[in-house]
Amino acid sequence: MVSIKELPREEYLLKGHAACAGCGPSIALRLLFKALGNKVFLVVPACCTTVIQGPYPYTSFAVPLQNMLFEATGATASGIAAALRIRGLEDITVVGWAGDGGTVDIGIQALSGAAERETNFIYICYDNEAYGNTGLQRSGATPYGAWTTTTPTGKKERKKNMPFIMAAHKIPYVATACPSYPTDFVNKLRKAKEIKGTKYIHVLAPCPTGWRYDSSKTVEIGRLAVQTGIWALYEIENGKFRLNFPSDRLVDKAKRKPIKEYLSMQERFRHLTEAEIEKIQMWIDEDWEYYRKLASSEACV
Amino acid sequence: MAQIVIDTANHIAGYAAKAARAKVVAAYPITPQTTIVEKIAEFVESGEMEAEYIRVESEHSAMAACIGAAAAGVRTFTATSAHGLALMHEALHWASGARLPIVMVVVNRAMGAPWSIWPDFSDSLSQRDTGWLQFYCADNQEVFDTIIQAYRLCEDERVFLPAMVCLEGFLLSHTYMPVQIHNQNEIDDFLPPYKSGWTLDVNNPVTHANLVSPEWYMEFRYMIQEAMENAKRLIPEIDMEYGRRFGFQYGGLVDKYQCENADLIICTMGTIGCEAKVAVDNLRKNGLKVGAARIRVYRPFPVEEIRKLALQARIIATIDRHISFGMEGFLASEVKASLYHMEDKPLIAGFIAGLGGRDVTFKTIEGIAQKSLKWLERGRVEKETEWIDLRE
Ligand SMILES: Cc1ncc(C[n+]2csc(CCOP(=O)(O)OP(=O)(O)O)c2C)c(N)n1
Ligand code: SF4
Ligand SMILES: [Mg+2]
Repeated sequence: MVSIKELPREEYLLKGHAACAGCGPSIALRLLFKALGNKVFLVVPACCTTVIQGPYPYTSFAVPLQNMLFEATGATASGIAAALRIRGLEDITVVGWAGDGGTVDIGIQALSGAAERETNFIYICYDNEAYGNTGLQRSGATPYGAWTTTTPTGKKERKKNMPFIMAAHKIPYVATACPSYPTDFVNKLRKAKEIKGTKYIHVLAPCPTGWRYDSSKTVEIGRLAVQTGIWALYEIENGKFRLNFPSDRLVDKAKRKPIKEYLSMQERFRHLTEAEIEKIQMWIDEDWEYYRKLASSEACV
Repeated sequence: MAQIVIDTANHIAGYAAKAARAKVVAAYPITPQTTIVEKIAEFVESGEMEAEYIRVESEHSAMAACIGAAAAGVRTFTATSAHGLALMHEALHWASGARLPIVMVVVNRAMGAPWSIWPDFSDSLSQRDTGWLQFYCADNQEVFDTIIQAYRLCEDERVFLPAMVCLEGFLLSHTYMPVQIHNQNEIDDFLPPYKSGWTLDVNNPVTHANLVSPEWYMEFRYMIQEAMENAKRLIPEIDMEYGRRFGFQYGGLVDKYQCENADLIICTMGTIGCEAKVAVDNLRKNGLKVGAARIRVYRPFPVEEIRKLALQARIIATIDRHISFGMEGFLASEVKASLYHMEDKPLIAGFIAGLGGRDVTFKTIEGIAQKSLKWLERGRVEKETEWIDLRE
């Protein structure tokens, strides 16, 4: 386990990148490099990170990076991993770094295929709960009720549970994270790096531009997501579910903050009625009942 | 030692991928391509071929995996047909834009709806503008030889582009012919280890294919056009060297037959080119001055060679196993475009034949020749595009 003071000083996300101020995904990206070092091949599909890296002939990334088609991250990583195996260069970590749209929507097939083929790579979905690159349209990961440009009165459907979909592929490692809990994220990345096979990490990454809150509040919003329990930090290792700190302290409903605190800080939820907020609270409580059962049982996911 | 095998073009394509020492193969099955991937799976599992075979879940992923593997520094191979190729479309642009020398066999099959599994060129010709080199084969030996030649060409630093090696479904894919599999050492000598313009490298952390502004984009496109022109120069050279080494040679860009002093040149692609040779022999026996030109390389298009042929011919009949709806066959259009600046142009007659696998025999072609010669006599082409053997 690393503590924040032990994180390497090297920066592989360089100054001058083009993310919005307060961008959650770019914090996660910085932590990614700190955790894995620079012996990585990164595959990035179309997403905000296409913009964050900066335009040709510049780049803000100090690791080799292959930009790729929106839906093709998993398959591209399969090709890279196969080539590295043939070349005997398996000490290089292959990382797919994709948005929620590129993961839960258009890229789900290639990712599912790569996981089923036991491709040796780490796939990270950084989830800003909308299509940021194209101006904030809804995705399958947009939560119920959220405003986006294609759900102007709020999304009517619930968020897709991608980590559990990945767990259903029987891959050795699935985890959730949030850049507001940097050591948790870094430790999960380090653990994933040592495991052979497909590792999936789903990172809730607050986006001030899309979620409509002040850009100084990104870390706070991420913490609230975890403290209210709308986002839980957990790992599914070889099918075994385990809550991580601080989510492991929140099984008792009384310990969780009311969801209203989280929702009311973001303009994207401004229009929600009390009844809708209550419904969201009820769903969270149901999820936690499920987490409680899973965490206390011997059974695998 | 060279070895003679009697096998289908699909299996021969597998032999060629093995002989070229492709290191990553990623493919998805589709009729009539399937037996290629089955053959390669056999080679890989038996240890005869040292390669990673990625059994992807779609053709889009097949091409993406080839792109990833080529970028990570190894020679790649894939194969597909029709709907599989169409599904790859987006990734085809990416592969050529990224200048990755991937070689793919396309087993030509007609596009649906309605479903058809039989051959025409509507699948590969729909990918004309993706920046891939395109070869069209006329027999199984040519399939083997063209795959080897294609790697050598694609990995030339003056080219660095991907290539499709096209062969017609069933007519070649499932037809047995004797083929010489050349000595492996000699193939290795002709085709050195994998080379590409760039490789992902932890010691040289480059960002590949990030956003390019209008200030730069056109230059990247121009470089592809230059590479195509270079390929046009290199293909005949490579074909000649190959002929010297292995004894098989295909005329470079265009396989010409009896074209000297021909009044009529029948211009074809693929297996129709073989039938055209038979037709030419028969017509010549009757004293008709006819020749045949099989376009072996469609991209880059052999404009200069077509012009040379046009210097002596008085009429060119193009046979397209393809239709660009609302216009005509691509071959007709491109032959016409090639000749536009010539002072003394021959007539050009466009024929559509063989769509969805309809037979095009030497008899069909003799009919086309007779009609063309009649139009030549009358001094004009009476129908811009003629569909052959169409039901009333
Ligand atoms: C095939 C295809 N369809 C659509 C697009 C347009 N597009 C680019 S990025 C994007 C959304 C990306 O959303 P997400 O994956 O959530 O990443 P984010 O931008 O939020 O970081 C879309 C729709 C594309 N590049 N390719
Ligand atoms: S839109 Fe959101 S995710 Fe995208 S760069 Fe801006 S803050 Fe980051
Ligand atoms: Mg997103």
